[in-house]
Amino acid sequence: MPANPYNGFTQFGIGIGLRVPHYRHILANKPVVDWFEIISENFMVDGGRPLEVLDTILEQYRVVQHGVAVYFGSAEKLNREHLKRLKRLVRRTNTPWLSDHLCWGSVDGRYTHDLLPMPYTFAVARHTAEKIRAARDYLEVPICVENVSSYAEYHASEMTEWEFLSEVVELADCGILLDVNNIYVSSKNHGFDPYAYLDNVPHHRVGQIHIAGHSKFEKYLLDTHDHPVLDPVWKMYAHAVKLVGDTATLLEWDDRIPSFDEVHNEALKANKFRNQQLAASTEAAG
Amino acid sequence: MQKRWTDGTRMRELAAAFIKPNDRLSSFERLEIYNRQYWFRVLDCLWEDYPGLRAIVGPRKFMKLLTAYLANYPSNSYTLRDLGSRLEQFLRQEPQWSAPREELALDMVRFEWAQVVAFDGPSKPPLTPDDILDTPPSKLRLGLQPYLSLLELRYAVDEFLFAVKKRESDILRGEASNAFDSAPKAAKRQKRIRWPKPEKVHLGVHRLDNMLYYKRLEPEAFAILAALGSGATVEVACSEAVAASQRTDIDWPAQIKKWFENWSALGWFCRRGK
Repeated sequence: MPANPYNGFTQFGIGIGLRVPHYRHILANKPVVDWFEIISENFMVDGGRPLEVLDTILEQYRVVQHGVAVYFGSAEKLNREHLKRLKRLVRRTNTPWLSDHLCWGSVDGRYTHDLLPMPYTFAVARHTAEKIRAARDYLEVPICVENVSSYAEYHASEMTEWEFLSEVVELADCGILLDVNNIYVSSKNHGFDPYAYLDNVPHHRVGQIHIAGHSKFEKYLLDTHDHPVLDPVWKMYAHAVKLVGDTATLLEWDDRIPSFDEVHNEALKANKFRNQQLAASTEAAG
Repeated sequence: MQKRWTDGTRMRELAAAFIKPNDRLSSFERLEIYNRQYWFRVLDCLWEDYPGLRAIVGPRKFMKLLTAYLANYPSNSYTLRDLGSRLEQFLRQEPQWSAPREELALDMVRFEWAQVVAFDGPSKPPLTPDDILDTPPSKLRLGLQPYLSLLELRYAVDEFLFAVKKRESDILRGEASNAFDSAPKAAKRQKRIRWPKPEKVHLGVHRLDNMLYYKRLEPEAFAILAALGSGATVEVACSEAVAASQRTDIDWPAQIKKWFENWSALGWFCRRGK
C-alpha cells in the first residue's frame, strides 16, 4: 500500500539500484531519479570511496537501504557487530525503511553469501519473526522482508510459501517487500500459481515492490537480475499494483549492467502499469 | 559438489532426506544449483580481487588454489570484501599452491590485500601542525592511518601488477575494437610479462582523496614509518633508521624533514590509539 507504516508513510515512486558502473554518470549528470536503493552491506565500510559516493548521492537523492546478510531465518542469533554497522548506516542515510530477505544463509559463523529458502513451518516462522522484531527494535526503522526466489523445497514444510510469509510478517508485525519476479521464478520452479501467491499475502503490509529480469535454463529459472523484465512479470506487477496500490517500486539490475539510461528506462516502464491501474481504480470509484 | 558428507553418507541420499524433488530435477540436482551458485559467487569475487596472484600461478592453478583456500577458510564475514583476508596465511601453510614462485606469490597477495584495506579501511582525522607544535621529537609519538599498509617486499610486485592489468586492459580493448589495424593482438600472441627479479622494495599502500595509490619508499623512510607505527618516538624512529643506513652521502636532517612534510601532506599521521 502507498504510505503505510512499513515504508515510513512515504510515497516513493519508481527507483533503481545504485550500482558502481553508473556512479560516474549519476554524479556528473544528476539525472532525475525518484529514489535509489543501496545494498547496505556495500556501504557498511569504515571509509573510502564508497562512503564518499554515498554522501554525495544523499545530498541530492532519496535513498532506501536493502540488505542481503542479516539472515533473519538463520538458526543463530543476530550478529551484533553487523547490526551496529547497519544502524550506523541507517543514521547516515536516514532510510525511511530497511529491507532484507526472508531467508537464511549462515551457519556457525560461516557465510554462504546466498539467500537460502527455509522450511515453511510454524516453528521457523516464530523464530524468524522474533529475530525481525529484535532487529527492528534495535535499528529503530520499519523493516520489510523480501520473498526470495528459490530452487529447492523441503519435505518438512507445513504450508505454502505465501502462507509462511504471511505468518512471519503477522508475528513480526513488519512489512513485505514483494518481489514479483521472485514469485514468478519460484512458481515455475515449484509448480504453483503465482497469482495465488499475489492474492493471498496481506496486501496492507506491502511497503515496496521489486521487479527484475531472470534467466531461463532447461529445467529451471534462475534469478539473475541481468535481463529486462519479462512480459509475464510485468503482467504480475500490474496485478500486484491493483491489489496493493501505488507502492514504491524498484527495478533490480545487478549483473551485465547496461547503461544508466537503459536501466532507468526499463524501470520507468512500470509507470505504464501503475497509471493504468490508477486510472482503472479511479473509474471504479467513480 | 562433494560426493559424500562428513559422516560418509552419499550426498544424493542426504539431499533426498530433506529436499523434495520435482518433475524435472532430483533433490540432489536442486541442491546442486545452490552449490554451483556458491562457487561461482565466491570464486568470481576472488578472481576480480587477485589478478596479480592469478597471473603468477596461472588461471587453472589459481582456480584450484582458491577452491582449496575456501574449503579451508570459508567466509566468516557478512561481506565478500573480507573473503581474501586469510589468503596469505593459507599460502604460507600450503606453499605447494604457489610453487615454484612462493615468495613472489606471497608478496603479491600481501600487496593485493593491502589495496582492499586502502580502498575502504577506516581513517582517523589527520594531525595538523598545531597538534604536535608543543611536543618535542623525544616525546612525540605519531599514529599512522589504519588504511595505510607498509610492505617490505622481495619483488617489485607493483610493477608486475601494473603490467598484468595493462595487458588485461589491452585485451579488453582489442575485443571491443573493430579497428583491425590498431587493435592490440590476442593474448596468446602477446609477449609474456617478464617475471620480476628478486629486488627489495618498500611500499606504502594508501588512499588520497579516496583514490588508491602505492608509493615506493626508501629503506630508511620505511624504517622510520614502521618504527612510528610500532609506537617509537619520532627521535628514536629517525635516529635508528639513520644509524642502520648504509648511505653516507645524505643530508639526513633535510631528507627526513622532506619526508615528514610529504607524509603529513598525504594525511598519513593521526593520533595514536582509539
